Amino acid sequence: MNLSLEKLEKITAAFSAKEQAYEKIMRVCCGTGCITSGANKVFESLSEAVGHNGLSTRILVKKTGCHGLCERGPIVMLGADEVLYQSVGKRDLAGDVELLIKTVTEKRVADKLLFRSAAKKEKYVSPLDIPFYKGQKRIVLARNGFIDPEEIDDYIAHGGYRAPFQALQMDAEEIIDWVTKAGLRGRGGGGFSTGKKWRSARAAQGSPKYVLANGDEGDPGAFMDRSLMEGNPHVILEGMIMGGYATGSNQGYIYVRDEYPLAVFRLSKAIEQARGYGILGRNVFGSGFDFDVEIYRGGGAFVCGESTALMASIEGMSGEPRDKYVHTVEKGLWEKPTNLNNVETWANVPYIINNGWEWYTSTGTKQSPGTKIFSLVGKVNNTGLIEVPMGITLREIIFELGGGIRGKREFKAVQTGGPSGGCIPAQHLDMPVDFDSLTSIGSMMGSGGMIVMDERDCMVDIARYFLKFLTEESCGRCVPCREGTRRMYEIVDRICKGEGKIEDLMHLEELGEALRWGSICGLGQSAPNPVLSTIRYFSDEYKTHIIEGRCPAGVCKELTTFTIMEEKCTGCMRCLTECPMGAIEGARKEPHRIDDLRCITCGICYDVCPFDAIKIG
Amino acid sequence: MVQLSINGKKVTAEEGETVLKVARREGFVVPTLCYHELLGSSGRCRLCVVEVHEGDRKRVVASCLYPVKENIEVLTNSDEVRLVRRTVLELLLARCPSAELIQDLAKQYGVSEVRYTPDKDHGKCILCNLCVRCCKDIVGVAALGMSGKGPVKKVGPPFDEPAETCIGCGACVVICPTGHIVMKEETGFRTVWNKKFELAKCSRCGRAHAPIFQLQWISGRSGVPLEELMVCQECR
Repeated sequence: MNLSLEKLEKITAAFSAKEQAYEKIMRVCCGTGCITSGANKVFESLSEAVGHNGLSTRILVKKTGCHGLCERGPIVMLGADEVLYQSVGKRDLAGDVELLIKTVTEKRVADKLLFRSAAKKEKYVSPLDIPFYKGQKRIVLARNGFIDPEEIDDYIAHGGYRAPFQALQMDAEEIIDWVTKAGLRGRGGGGFSTGKKWRSARAAQGSPKYVLANGDEGDPGAFMDRSLMEGNPHVILEGMIMGGYATGSNQGYIYVRDEYPLAVFRLSKAIEQARGYGILGRNVFGSGFDFDVEIYRGGGAFVCGESTALMASIEGMSGEPRDKYVHTVEKGLWEKPTNLNNVETWANVPYIINNGWEWYTSTGTKQSPGTKIFSLVGKVNNTGLIEVPMGITLREIIFELGGGIRGKREFKAVQTGGPSGGCIPAQHLDMPVDFDSLTSIGSMMGSGGMIVMDERDCMVDIARYFLKFLTEESCGRCVPCREGTRRMYEIVDRICKGEGKIEDLMHLEELGEALRWGSICGLGQSAPNPVLSTIRYFSDEYKTHIIEGRCPAGVCKELTTFTIMEEKCTGCMRCLTECPMGAIEGARKEPHRIDDLRCITCGICYDVCPFDAIKIG
Repeated sequence: MVQLSINGKKVTAEEGETVLKVARREGFVVPTLCYHELLGSSGRCRLCVVEVHEGDRKRVVASCLYPVKENIEVLTNSDEVRLVRRTVLELLLARCPSAELIQDLAKQYGVSEVRYTPDKDHGKCILCNLCVRCCKDIVGVAALGMSGKGPVKKVGPPFDEPAETCIGCGACVVICPTGHIVMKEETGFRTVWNKKFELAKCSRCGRAHAPIFQLQWISGRSGVPLEELMVCQECR
């Protein structure tokens, strides 16, 4: 079967008519985050209740991909952005399902399930009013949360597959021209011009050529690509078809880590459905162009997100990178011209073709047009997946969308770019988020992880955390990375344990510079970033560890003691009750005392004390 | 032909040649550990790094892999190059404190002290991969490989068991630059990588000269009768 534009419109009309026949559509987020908090059960109970109540013709219950507000899952949306219900079924599944049904039958919004701000002052009915969504510009994620990712007709009904249909009637050069003029830059973190890359791949000599999608997202705390692959797999396929056509390739591979089983499942299903419609396979859209996509499941090594290691892995060899003095667009997979883009980059392409490059450049900044998806995690009130226009400030993301820092604490730093990135302090909160600005302050855009830290995060400990990660994830091929990252870890670990020397700081900087110049791939070259950026902005904290033997954040166990300030303690017994070690003694209304021998410096007493009577020493 | 400069000297090279090859031909000293002229380049040790200026771009590259390009300027002894070399050698010396070759190179390239706790568990292995490549590309049996990643990466036969394919030829012992691989010969037997081989006794002089398994393997591949190979090289 070969789809024509007419047939696409027919599918759209039929599918839309089917959905419009319902009075209300309830969309249950079945992204990984919501599934872990019980979304599948919500979906089943809700579907059952709809049947039981004889509402099958009035209410349609639908599974969708990630809505973004993972913190408050399971999320259920009603209608097109009419009502957002959060934490559905978390405590009382049957009761919440009843409330959902009543929202339609009795036209009564369930107050209990509405989103409330962290301070519980405001509550919101429509997601469009919630600051977390209001500050976003969802282009790539626009259909996430609306469509059933396992249903191609739904995707087509939401405007899907028009772009490749149009692109296949364009000249390949023209497509590349559009992508170049749109200014699309690699969303995997490199920020290289996608158009330029495509042009080189097209010009490269050799056959066959390959196009690859990098879905090997491995940064701790990042789930952008995951949510995209799980929530809207077709948009990635669309991009790849056009990339294949533009660069002269008939075969695509999607490299997905096997720790993302839902992504693998939904992508596989999408490929199968697209093949069934003649969108993939021989003679795509009857254009005479053949293109197919296969999935390659990665074994979970972080380094396999690096282009040449990824290709080695597909070839069946161990995932080790190589020097790229000959670019992969010339000699990549099986030594053939290969164009690799991140899945988010691929997902941007259909929007450029559908709306034109001029439209695309109207969002974002001049040097970094478009939007970027971030996974906002850490000490903010609203954690989750956001898509924002490039150029938005860190302050807007953290304090408006993110709803500020949890509890009564102060913002300390935000880590962007994953293990290759750096920690950005408060002084740069008004920095616009784009590829070049973040690099200029010693961090990087990276693939979109954003970890917010507060005063109780120790920056030396953070550097140690990332170094440990990198030491274990270094492939071990080149000496600077294999031996250098573990030695950097040893030094920072020593500092955390109070055994640091002041000359360690210079040593770290020297070693860091050697790794930057000397390592084979991006992993080793950027491995020093978390250390160097924390030394750059938080050198006092390092010095306090080394000189005073104290961890000001109260994280490094060997350097931390908690004491109760007698003059402030009211003897409320709160800390005494909460201490997991029973290390706090004292009588009601009399100052308490911490027994250092039993204290494991977990800091719970500090967090729960209503009178700020606990001192970190 | 490609024109480039190395440390200010204008030189000419063939297209496709590596900077290392050209630099050495022109008399510049560039140290290497994982490079071998028979096995080519691997880019692992990073000792051969040089600084390359290409237009406005400055890079430090592995000269054993970097192909010459028109008009590039190569520096074989810049600050950055010395930093990388010194770092690599200090790190390797901490890994393999008993490796004489590394001790010598470290001294030569200005490593005055090792600021790390020396390892005890790596012997003299610097993971240059030469034994693996030699076993695969020259001997043709691929009995050795790398396993693990990061700090626990190591070389050895599969699963650290005596490799079925190992013929006991000892080529890995010869090619190892640091002398990490140990081969023992006593009372008519040779042991390498935990595999014990019976040595053939020369049918003329009676000297134990090569593993019977290796001779059988060579005979099978070359078609030379085993009896001929049983005669040691000196008696042939």
